[in-house]
Amino acid sequence: MTGHDDHDHHHHDHDHSELSETELRVRALETILTEKGYVDPAALDLLIETYETKVGPRNGARVVARAWADPGYRARLIKDATPAIAELGYAGRQGEHIVALENTPALHNMVVCTLCSCYPWPVLGLPPVWYKSAPYRSKAVKDPRGVLRDFGFELPTGTDIRVWDSTAEIRYLVLPMRPEGTDGWSEARLADLVTRDSMIGTGLPKQPHEIA
Amino acid sequence: MDGAHDMGGVAWSDPVQPEPDEPPFHAEWERRAFAITLAMAMPGGWNIDMSRFAREDRPPKDYLSKSYFEIWLAGLERLMLERNLISSDEVEAGHSLHPVKPVAKTLTPEGVAGMLHRGGPTERAAMRPAYFAPGDRVRARTIHPPTHTRLPQYVRGHAGIVERVLGCHVYPDSNARGAGENPQWLYTVTFDGRELWGDDGDPDLKVSVDAWEPYLEPA
Repeated sequence: MTGHDDHDHHHHDHDHSELSETELRVRALETILTEKGYVDPAALDLLIETYETKVGPRNGARVVARAWADPGYRARLIKDATPAIAELGYAGRQGEHIVALENTPALHNMVVCTLCSCYPWPVLGLPPVWYKSAPYRSKAVKDPRGVLRDFGFELPTGTDIRVWDSTAEIRYLVLPMRPEGTDGWSEARLADLVTRDSMIGTGLPKQPHEIA
Repeated sequence: MDGAHDMGGVAWSDPVQPEPDEPPFHAEWERRAFAITLAMAMPGGWNIDMSRFAREDRPPKDYLSKSYFEIWLAGLERLMLERNLISSDEVEAGHSLHPVKPVAKTLTPEGVAGMLHRGGPTERAAMRPAYFAPGDRVRARTIHPPTHTRLPQYVRGHAGIVERVLGCHVYPDSNARGAGENPQWLYTVTFDGRELWGDDGDPDLKVSVDAWEPYLEPA
């Protein structure tokens, strides 16, 4: 999540001949709301910039890496994740009440929101399309092993699977298992192993050789 | 309400399709729709439960044919139309045509960081002790309110175990109707996969929901 992308989101005025109905509608609404003084386009730009460049899964990766590196931090994170995560400066909207879920060799955790798209924004950013999609929301609570196969991995038989449906304002962050062969690694290097999907429970962290 | 949004366990043959290196937005209009939605909650004065209901309260065909941010957009339009902040002829014209309805406050660029940092905590002081404790066996009530609720259909009527007591939180079923926060105790309730899905269910699966006290009865 570094830097601006190439999209030209400061120029809404130029003429497009093939705008979809939805594009036209959004443009109409922003125009009306700006004319009425209800929204300030500069504030809108800032909101977008925040979630495109500042708030994303690198935040969560730092939390996980610290938990791997620092047993005291890990204990605080498991006991009460919201203040532990705030120690790293991450807090606020859609992360007001966070619970961390520790994966073990015997237990794999997976997070879903079957009713909408609840997701821990301060640590993971905005949810990906698949997380908000009907197939994920319908299958995760019934056939999570099938979902994991859609992601390309097979959970060993005998590993219990626990699915957390985010039906209230509690947001869940999976603490994946630290990969083998990472003894003595710095937090920054460990963070490079932590994928977004491993913090949702639909993936595993990278192995050391994958980032060598 | 029993709507198409309540998807847990519904048969869906398509696989989940992850997208490598997925960006937060896939089109410029998604960026603007997202930002307008966040910014308008302040002048609009609605709460998150009203927003969720405005998105989900639509015919299944409509809900299922819209993309995620199209649903956000439809919900936002409804909230603004209901409160006479905009009107249909303005949306048609693409410009403001009518006098501005005064609003209490708007989101300034200077206010963005603070608004996001504050968020909207939902825990409230408890007015009475929690009725259930960890380890209690409970049953999710069979309810079908036409209004907003956060008890998914796939757990209704099923028995589970209270795992955690999460504090007293704003009750969406009241808050979405403008009937006040009416805080209620919130619990993580855990169900065996086979309790939910029968003998063909995954024997090593447990599923939990976070359920407010009025959703539960002793089992």
